[in-house]
Amino acid sequence: MTQDVEIVIDVKAISKKFGHHTVVDNFDIRVPKGAVYGFLGPNGSGKTTTIRILCGLLTPDAGSGTCLGFDLRTEPEEIKARVGYMTQKFSLYQDLTIRENLDFVARMFSIKKRRNRVDAALENLGLADRAHQLAADLSGGWKQRLALAACLIHDPKLLLLDEPTAGVDPKARRDFWNEIRRLSKQGVTVLVSTHYMDEAVQCDSIAYIAYGKKLIDGPSASIAQQVGLTTYRLEGLHLADLEDRITGQPGVVQVARFGTGIHVSGTDEAVLGKTVKKIATAENRRWSKQPAGLEEAFIYLMTGSNDNFATPDRPQQ
Amino acid sequence: MKWFSISRFLAVLTKEFIQMRRDRLTFAMMIGLPIVQLLLFGFAINADPRNLPTMIDLGDNGPMTRAVISAMKTSDYFKFTGYVDGLADGERALRTGEANFIVVIPPNFERDIIRGDKPEILLAADASDPAATGGAVGALRGILNVVIRQNLTGALAGNTPRASPFSINVQREYNPEGRTSTNIVPGLLGIILSMTMVMITAVAIVKEYEQGTMEMLIATPVRPLEVMFGKILPYVLVGYVQTLVFLAASFAMFDIPFTGGKLAFFIGFNLYIVVNLALGFLISTVAKNQMQAMQLSFFTILPSILLSGFMFPFAGMPGWAQFLGAGVPATHFLRLVRKVMLKNAGIADVTGEYMALATILLVIGLIAAKRYRQTLD
Ligand SMILES: Nc1ncnc2c1ncn2[C@@H]1O[C@H](COP(=O)(O)OP(=O)(O)OP(=O)(O)O)[C@@H](O)[C@H]1O
Ligand SMILES: [Mg+2]
Repeated sequence: MTQDVEIVIDVKAISKKFGHHTVVDNFDIRVPKGAVYGFLGPNGSGKTTTIRILCGLLTPDAGSGTCLGFDLRTEPEEIKARVGYMTQKFSLYQDLTIRENLDFVARMFSIKKRRNRVDAALENLGLADRAHQLAADLSGGWKQRLALAACLIHDPKLLLLDEPTAGVDPKARRDFWNEIRRLSKQGVTVLVSTHYMDEAVQCDSIAYIAYGKKLIDGPSASIAQQVGLTTYRLEGLHLADLEDRITGQPGVVQVARFGTGIHVSGTDEAVLGKTVKKIATAENRRWSKQPAGLEEAFIYLMTGSNDNFATPDRPQQ
Repeated sequence: MKWFSISRFLAVLTKEFIQMRRDRLTFAMMIGLPIVQLLLFGFAINADPRNLPTMIDLGDNGPMTRAVISAMKTSDYFKFTGYVDGLADGERALRTGEANFIVVIPPNFERDIIRGDKPEILLAADASDPAATGGAVGALRGILNVVIRQNLTGALAGNTPRASPFSINVQREYNPEGRTSTNIVPGLLGIILSMTMVMITAVAIVKEYEQGTMEMLIATPVRPLEVMFGKILPYVLVGYVQTLVFLAASFAMFDIPFTGGKLAFFIGFNLYIVVNLALGFLISTVAKNQMQAMQLSFFTILPSILLSGFMFPFAGMPGWAQFLGAGVPATHFLRLVRKVMLKNAGIADVTGEYMALATILLVIGLIAAKRYRQTLD
């Protein structure tokens, strides 16, 4: 990180245990002001737990850090007043109307000119005419939009979004990301967890976590290279057979279907190249070397890592 | 940052009222419950009590009188706890609950028996608990008959009269007609309040956790006290409404008197509501979901019904049950309500109950506050 950029999230070596299981293990992260930081990892890897620690909802068992310059352990109130946290699970009141929910959140943050603020938010959402509908009656995607509107109502300096676009249709997802980029331009820092690769590539930086440990962290363009994966593409007929045959050959770590071809990836470029060329010549197939993609990198990272509690050891790399 | 913001507290309060209004079924239940319970429990419930505290006003001191006293001491039904001096003193003992019965043995009791003058023994009973009074007359008659038969031996044995040699005059205090409803109904108020207050508070709070809204709530700058008071106050009002409905219905249907101090009642009643809300709050810190909250609340209702003196006369319960019962808020509220509604008691007569409730509140409050977390840990 360059020296002159203000660091909004700066935590060192935080850990969190539930019972005997370490859910977040020695986690560091530094997020500069105005960045959109993607937070990736398989299910149960500790993303939600980390985000909760960052906004003061959980106290870490070890480690320390600051959010917006306030100490995680001693100044959670200051952090809460300035952070917009969107929970993974819808957490507004189902039995309140859309307007009542927004109004309630606005009151929690002691917002001046509350009515105007809420009206503007409803207008923005395009929900002004449905303001008196119960939140329970909204569709899943609309609930997510409402939740985002609610966590923006106090103009937070830092947004912590936990899978904000789960279950949202592609058009709404694009609008969502446009909004995030607009906010980021205004200097709002965003940490967003996601399972979508098309969202990951839109982030400035990405942190990848598995079993509570951060495995990869860096600008999104350099992730694939960091993982050190080489990918070849093979085309032709009978791809299903080919997939079966090539799996387990020397140097082949991962085989995935992409459109009319298959992508064969491995960490040892020389061995993998030999295998691919041998098969391609024998079967007379077209082959090409691919630029390493984010998606392959993450599928590779996620292979063999499921849940924190499934295997307590580190995943094999 | 402020420790308590009135406007955030009001926001939580308003939200809670809106939610309460939308949950029609629960709301109807809260109001309907007192009436339904009143009807159900208004019917007689009988029990077979033992060891009821009894004091004696001794007007005579002959060997036969002493035999009567020692027989009463060994009887299961009565538990002899001491002497009173005259009727006024006896009256006081009944009012404070020191005794359930006063047995007045008239002067010259023994002489009159021997002469065959049929002396009259007065049994003054605290009939506000008719289940306890019911058996007393029979038990006393039995004891006296045995004693007199044993003592009229020798020369006098022959002239044992065929008819009973004495008569018992029962004087029912506080509930002259011996109606069970008079006793049950005021006690029922304690049960209903504890049932709804504990359960509703526990469920209302656990619901926030279960539905995930607590995560959003504590991610805002709201303070625990604002949440606590904002969530609880609406239910205090529910308790008021329930009590009003209940009192109105019981005056109308059961013609229950209300003789004592209104203020004494009001203070005790508020104290009791707060104790129950604190208990509900404590349960909410233990229960993981609404179902558990419900079951745990129900679990606290049982002792309120069984050990508080609502079902069975408190003094008649075995020692361990009395010990447990003393820790149940309903026990003290029941005593307080019966004293105030039926026995004409004022604030001075119920300070003991206030103290007991306050002590329980302190203990529950401390545990609850210790368990409550401002985080999700
Ligand atoms: N309060 C808790 N008590 C015990 N275990 C918990 C608790 N919260 C989370 N866990 C466990 O911690 C691990 C990490 O959970 P977390 O929700 O942080 O994962 P995640 O990365 O957000 O997963 P997902 O992508 O599915 O949302 C999981 O194994 C989960 O079961
Ligand atoms: Mg999660």
